[in-house]
Order: sequence, then C-alpha cells, then structure tokens
Amino acid sequence: MYRYTRLEGSSDYVLKGKNLTIALAGNANVGKSVIFNQLTGLHQHVGNWPGKTVKRAEGTLSFSGYTIDVVDLPGIYSLSTYSIEERVSREYIAVQHPDVIINVVDASALDRNLFFTMQLLELEPHLIIALNQMDLAKSRGIKIDVDSLSKQLGVPVVPTTATRNEGLQEIVTEAIRIHEENMPTSKPLLFGEEIESSINEIISELSEVETPYPPRWVAIKLLEGDEEVERLVFDLRPELRKICEAIRRRIEEIHGHSTASVITSERYAQASTLAKEASTYAEPLKSLRDRLGEATDHPIYGYIIMIAIIVGMFYTIFTLGDYAAKLLSSTFEMFRLWYFSTLGTSPLQSFIWNGLIEGIIAGTSIALPYIIPFFLVLSLLEDSGYLARVAFLMDSLMHRIGLHGKGFIPMMLGFGCNVLACLGCAIMETERERLICAFVSSLVPCAARSIVIMGLVATYLGFGWAITLYALDFLLIFILGRIAFKVLPGEPMGLIMEMPSYKVPTAKVTLQRTWLRLKDFVYEAFPIIVAGNLIIDIANTIGLLNILQVAFSPVTVLWLGLPAATGIVLIFGVLRKELTLILLASIMGTTNFALILTPVQMFVFSFVVMIYIPCIATISVLWKEFGAKVATAISLTEVILAIALGGIVYRLLLLVGVH
Amino acid sequence: MGESTEEYLEAIYAYNERGESAKNHDLSERLGISPPSVTQMIKKLAGEGLVTYEPYKGVTLTGRGMAEAQRIVRKHRLLERFLHDTLGLGKEKVHVEACRMEHGLGEEAAAALCEALNNPKTCPDDGKPIPACTLNTEDCTHCKNIREDGRQLQLLTQLSNLRPGEVGRVAFSRGAGNASQRIMDMGLCQGTVVKVVKAAPFHGPIEVSVRGTLLAIGRGLAEKVFVEVKDKGDKPTVDERQKLAVK
Repeated sequence: MYRYTRLEGSSDYVLKGKNLTIALAGNANVGKSVIFNQLTGLHQHVGNWPGKTVKRAEGTLSFSGYTIDVVDLPGIYSLSTYSIEERVSREYIAVQHPDVIINVVDASALDRNLFFTMQLLELEPHLIIALNQMDLAKSRGIKIDVDSLSKQLGVPVVPTTATRNEGLQEIVTEAIRIHEENMPTSKPLLFGEEIESSINEIISELSEVETPYPPRWVAIKLLEGDEEVERLVFDLRPELRKICEAIRRRIEEIHGHSTASVITSERYAQASTLAKEASTYAEPLKSLRDRLGEATDHPIYGYIIMIAIIVGMFYTIFTLGDYAAKLLSSTFEMFRLWYFSTLGTSPLQSFIWNGLIEGIIAGTSIALPYIIPFFLVLSLLEDSGYLARVAFLMDSLMHRIGLHGKGFIPMMLGFGCNVLACLGCAIMETERERLICAFVSSLVPCAARSIVIMGLVATYLGFGWAITLYALDFLLIFILGRIAFKVLPGEPMGLIMEMPSYKVPTAKVTLQRTWLRLKDFVYEAFPIIVAGNLIIDIANTIGLLNILQVAFSPVTVLWLGLPAATGIVLIFGVLRKELTLILLASIMGTTNFALILTPVQMFVFSFVVMIYIPCIATISVLWKEFGAKVATAISLTEVILAIALGGIVYRLLLLVGVH
Repeated sequence: MGESTEEYLEAIYAYNERGESAKNHDLSERLGISPPSVTQMIKKLAGEGLVTYEPYKGVTLTGRGMAEAQRIVRKHRLLERFLHDTLGLGKEKVHVEACRMEHGLGEEAAAALCEALNNPKTCPDDGKPIPACTLNTEDCTHCKNIREDGRQLQLLTQLSNLRPGEVGRVAFSRGAGNASQRIMDMGLCQGTVVKVVKAAPFHGPIEVSVRGTLLAIGRGLAEKVFVEVKDKGDKPTVDERQKLAVK
C-alpha cells in the first residue's frame, strides 16, 4: 500500500514542474561525497537532520530540464541501528521516498559494498548503482563485468570514476529515465529457504500493521531482533513478540547461530558470490600505496610519522596564520584610523565601531588567518585517507579517557579551534560518544588560548611554566573524560572502522570542501560573535560592566588573587579568548605585563582563561548540536571548575614559594 | 595433545598473559626441567606451530598455541575454583591439585563445571582471569543445550589473540546487542576468513584484512570475535587468497 501513495506523489511532481530527488547512499570512503560535490558544485548547503547531530548535505543540479535535488546520505555499512547515521538513512529512504537512490559502490571492494546494496534492495526503492573508483579497481587487477552485475542485481549499474568526472552524466540520465518511464521499484534478492519461509510467515502476521517500511523489510528486521522495528510493531501487536521469538528459536536450533548472524552471513555470502561472478582478478602489484600504508600503521615509524605530520601541520598553520593575521590587523588599523578621522569620534560613531564593526573584524581576523589553512590541511589529510591511521594509532590512548581512536581527530582539531572540534565530533557513532568528545574537546587549548599562554606565561615566566599549564589542562581533560565516561548512560562503543587505501587528493575537491566548511563556520560563528560583541558593548556603555566587576571582585580578587580589572577582561574573553590579553593591556595602559601582574597572577590568570568557559562561538555550536541544556551544563561546569581550581592553584603556588 | 605439551603451554601462557615473552631459563625453573630439554621441547612446539621463539626475547604463543593454552588454563582455573569454593580446600593447595586433574577433564564436563560454579571470572589463589568460554552463547541459560551439541566444542580463540600474519575463520561474535551486529555488518560474520595484518602497540587496536579491505578493530571488540585458527599447513583456497589480498 505504501507504494501507491508514492506513485501518486511522484506523478504529481512531474505535472507541477520537472523535479526529481535523488539520494546518494553507500559505505564510507567510496567517493560518495566526491560524486555529490561533482554533481552539485557549490549549490549545496549542509544542515542537520531534524533533531539529530547528523550532518545532512543537500544540493541542487539542473539537468535536461529537471531541477534535481541531491541528498548525500551519511557513509554507512549497514542499515541496522548501530549508529544514528544508519537510523537516519533508513528512515529517510522509507519515509521520504526519494525518487531514485544512487548506491555508490567501491569497485575495488565489491564484496563489502554489495552487502550494503543488498540491504538497500530490501527497502525496495528505485536503485541505480554507481560503480565508483574504477581506476583503483583496475590498478588492483580487478575487472568487473558491468552487464552481468546489473543483470544479477536487477538494477542499472553505471561505472564511474568520480574524481575525473567520468560516468556521472550517465547516472543522472539513468535516474531521469527510471523516473520518466515509471519503472517498477527494485526487488530484493532472496535468502535461503528457511529464512525465506520464516519471512513469509511473519509477513502473513503483519497484514494489519501499518509502518512506513515494506512488509518484507519489517519481517527481516523482526527476525534480526532490530529494537526499533520491534518497538514499532510490538506496540501495535504485542502478541507478535511470542511468534517472532519462536521462529527465531527454530532458526537458531537448526543453525547453531543467532538469527541475526545467520541473516548477515547469508547476505555476505550472496554479496560475495555476486562479486565473484561479476569480476575477474589478476595478481595485484605491491604499489607505493601499500608501502605507504605499511609505514604509517607501523608500531614505531607510524608514531614518528604521525608526530611529524601533526607538528608540521600546526607549524604551517601558525606560520601562515601569523603572517596573514599581521597583514589583516594592520589593514584594519588603517581602516579604523580612516573611519574615525572621516566620521568623527562622536558617541554614536564609536558605538557603531565598537559594537558592530569590531565584531565583524574579530570574526574575520580569527576565521581567515588560522581557520582557512587549518581547513585546507585537514581536508588534505582526510581526503588522502591519513586520518584513519591517526585514529588507529591513538585508539589505545583515547580509551583511557573513555573514547575510541576516532575521538582523537576532533580533539586534534580543538588545538586549532574548539568550534571545529565540536563540529568534528560528528564522526563518533553514538550520541553518548559525541557528547563526551565535545565536552573534552571544549577544554583543549585552542589557538586563541595558546596566544594567551604564550604571550603571558611563556614570555614572562618561561617555557617550562607554559608546558606545566598545558600538562595541567591535559590532566584535567583526562580526569573529566573519565568522569563523563562513567556518569553518562549508554553502552560504550569500541573502535571498528575501515582503513581506506591512500588516495591522492584532487585540488578541486579539497578546495571545494574547504570553502564549504568555511562557509559553515562563518554562518555558525559570525552572527554570535557580532551579537555578543554588541551586547557587551551596550553593557559597557550603560555602566553594567563596572557593577559586574565590583560584584565579581570577591571571586577575582579574594579567591583568585587577581587584579579587580580582570573581572571585565574575563567577561569580554567569552567572545574571544585572546581578547583577554589585548584588553588587559588596554585597561592597564601597558603591554609590559610584568609591571601589572605578579608571576603567580599571570599563571592563575592564564589557567582561568584556559578553562573558564568555552568561547561564545563554541557555546553556540554546542547549543546547536546538543541543545541548550548540554551547552549550559558544559559552560557552567567549566566556569565552576576554573574558579575552584584557579583558587587552589593560586594557593598552591604561594605555598611552594612562587610569588 | 600430550600432558607435557599442555604443561608447557600453560607455563608460557602465564608469561604471555602479563605481556611478557617466556624465557627458557624461567620455563626451566618453573617446570623443573633441565634447560636443554626445555630448548628441545620449544623447538618441537615451534615445529607444530604452537609457539614462536626469538633469540634473546623468548617464547610467545601463536594464535593456535593461545587457543590450546587457554583451553587448558581455563580448565585449571575452573578446577581451582571448584576445589576452593565447593570442596573447601585451602588456597595454597588448589594449584597443585588442579594441575593433576586438568589433563583428564573433557570439554563438555569443563563447560558443565563452569555452569555449576556460576560462570566464575577469576581463579581463587591469585585472582587471575579465567579465559573466556568459547561456546556460541550470550549467557549461561542455554549452556546445557549448547555444550551437548558436539559442533560447539571446537577449538576457538579470540581474534585479539592472533598475531600479525595469522589467519582465522570467524566462528561467532559475542557482545551485548549492537556490538555483535556491528562486527558482523563490517564483514566479520560467521565463516569469514580473516587475517591479522598488524597490531598497534600499548594494547591498541589490530588491523585485519577481510573481504579485500583493511579494518581497524579495537582490542575490546576483537575480544568478542571468536575464531578458529587456520593452520600454517592449511593452504588457503584461491577464493580465500583473493579475499585476503591486502589493498
């Protein structure tokens, strides 16, 4: 019955205008996002799936009179309930009914990829297979008979090499043809006899159960014991639970394995047979790619290479960033002089400058110099396949703070900018892991905090003290990570991921991705930075800040032992943490901090700045990804921690005789 | 498998379990056997593919050696539990008694003993963990049915115990809910041939080659996958070779 509604819906579409929705589905690392980028170019936007921390990339493309909406589904390996991505994908396919699904398949690993294809077929959509990375398959000595594969699967198969834009036009043409000719939906492949008869048995019981999914798919999921589908069905028909359990037990007695295991094995066996029948193998040569893979996963060289890459990366970013930042700030300074000399220094003009323009400048001078090179390098590491190696090497260490190896990637991003880190947490599989990861990432000393630590502690107290400060931070991350791991409900996830083979990133894809990320960052962080700046400036103008400074002084002066002026500085620091240093200098009227702060004060001040609250842009991202409650909880935790620990650090330093 | 082979494997396991290789002189002392005899036996074990020996480093169990060792160590520690908990023997006496009894205990009886003792986790005298049960079951409720099925008593070990270069065939994976499904979805389902390519240091993940791709699997998950160790002697079929072809 679900089919009728869709057919009506889609014919309706044709009448209105020539619209088409296609969704890209497939494993990770098969070049799916390359296809997406090639198809939609810069006409795309990235949002979140409603209520989920899963990215939803969508774009449009005009082709032979059609406006085609392209949705890039997350890269997944199955349609079970292991990760949020898998749930989002299957729900989307079943409920939203995209007109055509393009299953992007890695021609060089057909076996694993067809396993996912079989699950897509079970959802009975209009499916086309994009047999991608044909070049890679060729270099591995794999030849694939496209026609035979298409015949066996019962769906069109189009060979593509997305990086060179080969075969993409054919895919879209095929999608339009399927749509225009009103072809029947793809049919699932059959399991072995026992499973099939069990499926039919369950289907006959499902006649009155209304779900958005095809009945056969529901039956399969009930056999597999899929919790979500069980809830959906058993809430309506509680008596079905017993029937399903009996059928499952029967299968288990015959096979000696759980039903889920039997079904998965049958799918894989079938995928394997299909792959074998459609391809011929030659002995592959050991390529440079394999050697690179061996060296970078090596127990000793692997770590050396990793450290070299990360150090090199940060060195490049900070060198480039520093240069660009200097250039920008002198330009803005010129602009400022011009502004006041032309427009005068009336209160209104100052207000416009301080409240509005300063905010935009602040945003720009963080975003452009450091973030662009950061995104660029990150994109290169990601596209080449190196990030997976980092996750592999760091898994053991990350387990100590309750995360698996993939969690190191957002944390590494955190050294550049916490906003990126919090966005990067989407690579973790579950909401729980994402949350832990975002929490610890918001404590990683970002570039702005490093500026304060370097400018104050390293300059006036020496490098050793700066290292001590970083060490304290890592210790804190370690302890808080462990606590979050213990406190948060849910089952911890272990690491299991594909190690993609190395690829040479293409300039177009890398630049495109950098640009899109930058756009995302600007959209997310800029309005907040500008608004925050405005609010604080208004507060300053009406004298609220002075009141706050007095109100805070018991904490700042008595407990933390800092000058009273740091109260205001810390409030402004929520906007941008490096601002604390600049502001401190301007309030105190000197850039020689040795005159205004004692060594202990410098250390305590930097410590507090390091952890006291995520900056406003980070808070806004936390808010967006995890909701207001989490954002508030994380911010409050960090404020309380910074004050409590700051006071303790202050007293300890006095105790050991540092003045 | 002879009694003395089992004693050797047990002794080597005691070192390997702590992450150390077993030195010849340590084994000689522990087993009360002269060093030349130990050397001879190690050579024999190495020839059977149960251990590897590296000069100056010592002896390490192979995947198959590990499977055999775990089987006997499991019986030993279960027996210790039985002697202590059920029969009330003193902690200092259970080790020697268990050493004598372990070699005669059959697989089905060992599983029954485990169930009767309520699936204990550690041995009584020094608190060491009892190696995992290798029956394909999530919990003990169906233990009786399963252990009576002769197919289930085959020699298995966890994927995490295979060493780089070794090949196993997946028997099943154990794990509450999602974990087990995920392992299977990633291609490690029953009957799949898998080769360990690399192991990260510091108890880190292992890298395996399966279905023509490489996977990284954390130790925790790799411990949930039970494999039948393929002998060096068993030639992989053409089909298997293709699947193992590393990228």
